[in-house]
Order: sequence, then C-alpha cells, then structure tokens
Amino acid sequence: MYRNVSGCAISGIISRSGKRFSGERIIESVATMRERSNGLGGGFAAYGIYPEYKDYYAFHIFYNDNAAKKECETFLEEHFDIINLSRIPTRKIPEITDEPLIWRYFVLPLPTKLAASQLDEREYVVRCVFRINTGIDGAYVFSSGKNMGVFKAVGFPEDVGRFYKLEEYEGYCFTAHGRYPTNTPGWWGGAHPFSLLDYTVVHNGEISSYDANRRSIEMYGYKCTLLTDTEVIAYMIDYLHRRIGLTLDEICHVFAAPFWSTIEGKPKQEREELKFLRNVFSSLLITGPFSIIVGFEGGMMALNDRLKLRSMVVGEKDDMVYVASEEAAIRIIQNDLDRVWSPMGGEGVIVTVEGVKN
Amino acid sequence: MAVEYIQPEYEVVRNQERCIVCRVCERQCANQVHEYLKDSNRMVADDSKCVNCHRCVALCPTRALKIVKSPHTFKENTNWSGKAISEIYKQAESGGVLLSSMGNPENYPVYFDKMLLNASQVTNPSIDPLREPMETRVFLGAKPERIERDEKGRIIRSLPPQIQLSMPVMFSAMSYGSISYNAHESLARAAAELGILYNTGEGGLHEDLYKYGKNTIVQVASGRFGVHKDYLESGAAIEIKMGQGAKPGIGGHLPGEKVGMDISRTRMIPEGTDAISPAPHHDIYSIEDLRQLVYSLKEATGYKKPVIVKIAAVHNVAAIASGIARSGADMIAIDGFRGGTGAAPTRIRDHVGLPIELALASVDKRLRDEGIRNRVSIIAGGSIRSSADVVKAIALGADCVYIATAALVALGCHLCRSCHTGKCNWGIATQRPDLVKRLNPNIGFRRLVNLLTAWQHEIKEMMGGMGINSIEALRGNRLMLRGVGLNEKELEILGIKHAGE
Repeated sequence: MYRNVSGCAISGIISRSGKRFSGERIIESVATMRERSNGLGGGFAAYGIYPEYKDYYAFHIFYNDNAAKKECETFLEEHFDIINLSRIPTRKIPEITDEPLIWRYFVLPLPTKLAASQLDEREYVVRCVFRINTGIDGAYVFSSGKNMGVFKAVGFPEDVGRFYKLEEYEGYCFTAHGRYPTNTPGWWGGAHPFSLLDYTVVHNGEISSYDANRRSIEMYGYKCTLLTDTEVIAYMIDYLHRRIGLTLDEICHVFAAPFWSTIEGKPKQEREELKFLRNVFSSLLITGPFSIIVGFEGGMMALNDRLKLRSMVVGEKDDMVYVASEEAAIRIIQNDLDRVWSPMGGEGVIVTVEGVKN
Repeated sequence: MAVEYIQPEYEVVRNQERCIVCRVCERQCANQVHEYLKDSNRMVADDSKCVNCHRCVALCPTRALKIVKSPHTFKENTNWSGKAISEIYKQAESGGVLLSSMGNPENYPVYFDKMLLNASQVTNPSIDPLREPMETRVFLGAKPERIERDEKGRIIRSLPPQIQLSMPVMFSAMSYGSISYNAHESLARAAAELGILYNTGEGGLHEDLYKYGKNTIVQVASGRFGVHKDYLESGAAIEIKMGQGAKPGIGGHLPGEKVGMDISRTRMIPEGTDAISPAPHHDIYSIEDLRQLVYSLKEATGYKKPVIVKIAAVHNVAAIASGIARSGADMIAIDGFRGGTGAAPTRIRDHVGLPIELALASVDKRLRDEGIRNRVSIIAGGSIRSSADVVKAIALGADCVYIATAALVALGCHLCRSCHTGKCNWGIATQRPDLVKRLNPNIGFRRLVNLLTAWQHEIKEMMGGMGINSIEALRGNRLMLRGVGLNEKELEILGIKHAGE
C-alpha cells in the first residue's frame, strides 16, 4: 500500500453556547472551495446530533457486503449492548455511486466483558474498533464517538452532504473536508474526517514527518492501515489527549512546537514547559505543511504547521466561530463578522462549548 | 643475505629535479624512510618502511614527493591475493597474531552508499535553511512513559538525566594513550565550542581536561583504567564499554612503551606496563550483572548522569539491545564493524561483527516492536563518513551518531592504518613528544569545529529539501530513504522500500 498524498479544503463551524444548527451551513461553506477538491473524497463530522442517544457510542460502519455485516454484528453483539441499529439514511443522487452498506449502531460495552478486560470504557471501545477495522474483512468503523458522527464518501463534499441528508441533522459543531488526493484510492474509508471515539480530524497538507510519527504512534498499539497523514494525526491526538492527558494547548505545542529560538525567549516557567514537551514528545512533532481542524466532544481546535505553509482563516460572529482554508468559505455563510484573522503558524485556536464536558 | 619474502607495498617517488635536499622528509618521518646521502648530496628512500601516511609529501616544499602503489605483483590469482600470501609470509616468520589499526577496509557492502534520500516536489514545499529556521538540536536520554501534574495542574517536569546536543553528532571514544594529549585536547575543545560531547575512551581523563566536563562522556571499560569518583563525576554522561565494532569480543591493549608518566597517572597503572583490558567485564557475565553495574554507576553519581552502554554490532544485536534497554541504561551506543581502533587483531577486525546500518535498523525496529524505544536513545557509530551518512542513520532510527575516524582525518590522519606502531607522524596516535607536538590543539580544534559546522550546514540543506525543519521529525522516518541495488531481505531488514517504489 502506498502513502496517500493530498491537498484539500477544510471548514469548521461551532457555536460556543452549544446552540444547535443545521448541517446546511457547513455544506454551503465547503462547497465554496470546490476548486480545492477533486471529487475523490469529502466528509463531515457533526457534534451534538444524537441527543436522544447521547450516552451511547454511535458506531458508523461501512460494509462491503452482507457477509461482512453479519460477521461484524456478531462481534458487536459479543462485546456491546446494542440499543439501536439502522441504516444511515441517504438519498440517491447521480454524483455519488458505488456506495457500500452504511449502518449505524448505538452501543455500550457489555459490563461483564468490560470488567473482564480490565480496561477503562473508552480504551475498550478503541480496541474493539481496531479489531473490527483490522480483523474483519470488508467492515470499517468510521465513527465511534458519543453524540456525534462522521459522514463521508467518495465525491465532492457538497454532494456527500446531500447524499447523507446532512441538512436534516442539527448539531453545535460541524467540520468538513474536500479532498484533492494525488492518487485515486476510490475507497470511502479513505475520505476525511478520520476519527477515533469523539476525536475527528480534517486535514489539509502533507506532513514530512509522517513516517517518524507513524512509527512512533504504532508503538502504543495504534495501527496505521490507511497510510494517510490524517489517520496518524487522529491517533496522535487520541494518544496525547486521552491516554497521556495533555491539554489541547499542550498538544499544539507538541505538534507544531515553537522554534528553540522562540522558546529561549519565553519566561522561565513557560520556557521549561515548552522544552519539556518538545523533548519528551519529540517523535510527535509534525513538520511540513498542514492545517487541521480537530473536533471533539464539546469543542473544536484549529492548528497550522509551525511555518504556516497552508492557508487557514478564523472568523467570529457572536457565539459562532468559523474556521476555513479560505476566508470566502466563511463569508459565504456569515459575511458580517465581528473579527476575522489568520492564526500564526503553530498558534492553536481552541474553542470550547459552555456546559459540555471536554 | 636473508631472503626477503615481503616486498614494499608502496614506492616513494622523488623528483630529483625538484628536490632541494632540505631534508624535511627525513626529519618528519618517524619510520625513517628517508635518508640523506652526504657523498652524493641527495635524498634516498627505503620503501619497505613507508606506511603511506603522506607526512613527507604534505611537507615537501617543492612537491618533489609522491607515494605510489608498487606495481610489483604476485602471479595473478583471484583466490590467493597478494595480501593473503604476504600475510602468510609474515606469520610464518613471526608466529604472531596479525595486528591492524583503524576500521575494516575489506570489500563488504556499504549500505549507506546504497540508500538515497528524498526531496519535496510540488505537494510539499522544500524549506530553505538560509531563510527559515532549521533545527538540529537533540536531547538524549530516557523519556517518561506518562506525565504527572502538580496540584495546580502543571506538568511536573522531572526527567531522567538528559544530554542536550546542538546537532546529533558526538566524538566517539578514543582513549588518552591510543591517541595523544593534543588530539584529546582538540576533541574536548571542539566539543565545548560546538555544544556536543566527546568521549574519553577507556584511558581515564587527564586532569587538565576536567574543565571540559560538561562536554565529556567518561568511559568505564573492562580494565577500569583511570576510573575513580571524581572521574565519574567530572563528565556529562558515563559510558560502559561492553564492546567495540573494530574488535567485538576482545579487550583493548596499550603497549607498555606508550605508558609514560602522564598516561600512567591518568590510567592509574605503573609506568611502562602494558594496559590490557580483559575481553569481558569480569563482573558482567550476564545481563543482570550489567544492570548492577549501571545502577552502581548511577548510585556513585547520585542519579545525575545518564549511563550509555556501548556494544559492538554482532549477530544478535537486537535482542542484546532490548536487554540493555531494560537494564536501566539511558542510551545504547551501537558500534558497527567498520569502526576504527588503535590496534586490533586483523582477523577480528576484518571478519567479526555487522554493518552499522543493518544493526541500527534492526535494533530500532526491535525496540519499537517491544514498545520501549523511548526508554533509551540510540547512538550509532562505526564509520559515519559524511553528513549524508548522518542523515541516513537518523532516518533509519538513530538519535545521534558517533564519529571518530572522521574526526581524526580532520586532524590530519591519512588512514595509513599504522596506529599500533605508535609512530604516527601526524601527532595523533602516538605518545612520542616530538611527534605529539606536531598536532597543534589550537589548529586541531578549529579544524574539528569547521568539519562539524560544515556537516551541520549540509544536514540542514538535506532536511530542508525533504521539507523537514527539525531533526526529530527525521528520526526513524524511513520513508525518506530508498534502497538501490538491494535485495528483498536487505530492504526488509533496513525497513525501507526500493527506489522507484
């Protein structure tokens, strides 16, 4: 399998107050950047969309065929209490073809299995996701968080949005991705966002540190099967945030660490902290151009590479925050902005929603 | 007249028209090749004594001299080479073990020369080191598996002892004894100037060089020469030498004639006695014994110094490294079979050990497979010849490299491979005061600084081409390497793809 190199468009919208809004707007935003995609992949992450099942892990799964579905469902039944399952509603449109079977399950780990595993609940879920994705041929879990979901396909992002009827979902945060890969995998799982639990990543760029990052993160039990930069970044976020317990701010300082010359000029406490992070997590430094939007339960984070080699703009209006590869993709949905700016390279923009844990 | 079985390998060719009979060559040659004939007022040479070190050539003011390979030859035979035949003559005469110096010169594959680096095109911009920051700073030492926070939620920044380097290159172990005081001083001062470390080797540390302690690795080898509390505490790190790439499985040997007053004091042995390090450490017959020595040294220095365990690259190197990583060591130095030496039995130097590229790749992979790569830093040595070798070693998975032969070459060494004779005309591998003084530490240190400054520029250029602006993003980044002319097995061990894939 070859490494998957791509350029892209990204967009994200979040309401700080947790007000829910329709997926219509994110489709409109990312559609503006059609030039930055080539129809080989598009996708969305939506947060706050399953309030009625908010305590259950929502698994979105692609199946190649019914045999894979049957095998996967047997596995799910052995490991989880499945509270609800259904096909994910889609609409037939000519732009999106060759769709796999797309199913959704709301689940909780079986208490006896969970206890026997001696793992915490989230780690248990992660391991089950990896077992399905690497062990069951033709089954791929592409979304596994609570009260959120990923929707992705091969196609232009606005078509993918219409295909999934995204306008019918309401959430407090949406991110989107339009893909411009330089090869043609043609596989739905290869589209963005990449996710694990409630962490999702949409990414524009090509990281030169890829293999250093991959070989490092694989030490901790992650398996990078897709050979895309974004998959690695998603696992790195899960590792640093959930398992190591770094804050998002600290993660920004690991991924896009300030240059030593900048660090030397900081006050002592900050300098020592930055030095510690760079030293201890040196293998998780990301070099090369990237802009990413990370979604998580209760918030969103945007980050550029340390040299700002990819465009990324942030806009604010009242309680809404918008991030996109191009300002036009923000203006199209909100032209009356209180503030608009381009964050510096390595300067993380972290937005959290009041009243939602993160 | 005795039969001469062995004929000179080189001929000293003198252009008599250019020669002004200044007799510099005669004075400069410790091997006494050149002789002045008073009657005819001309210089002559005894080729049989020449080691081809170029000292006379380099100092001849009229460029009257050159050393050429002798065309004298045995009857051609691909099996019985002239070298093989000559070595038999030598042993038939002496009854002794053949001795050699410096690294293995034989025709084994050099994997560094069969790997090519990547560069960015279109999808990812290359970075210009003259216009953008380009970072080569590295930290060596064990990294914690988890972090802890204080009551205010701040990260508790307690780390095992670390070494900070301005670039991922250090000077490898060369003992005071095997090389001269001036060579040691040059290395120490260069390390201090460059913000890197040099290594005392197993001969202790001359008291005048204690002031460079922050840039010094003090070595503890099987002979324990010169090891005492102040010595251990004087350095930035302590290295336990278990083996050396040039002579895996055997100890060192410094002949008594090199053990003068200063060396006797530094090594803490009587003047004129041979300094023979045992093949093994006699308190380390197994991995658990190594652990005890690691912790003894840590106890002795209050857990303030990282401990490096240096091993020769041998067949089972990955498993051995895994054991070392679990023994409390902070770093593992792996020395490939082309690594240099001041003296080694020829058969061992030329036939024992592994190429560093393969050893490094398999150790890095093994430690990652076991999830313990962050517990230790890996230092790779054993013939790093250029900045390109450095970059390739880092991409294979090294945190840092050791150089020694390259440093000596910068000081003037011409790789004549005669260190064991103690008559180094360049003042490096000798203790003869008249020869030692030929190496001026003020110049030597500057040449070392120049060399590594140049390498650092080149490393930055190569990194920038790959779109990498910090060296840690290169470490273990094997996708930046492609093999040329390597077979499937070699590619598998190196963990790289073939060019074109």
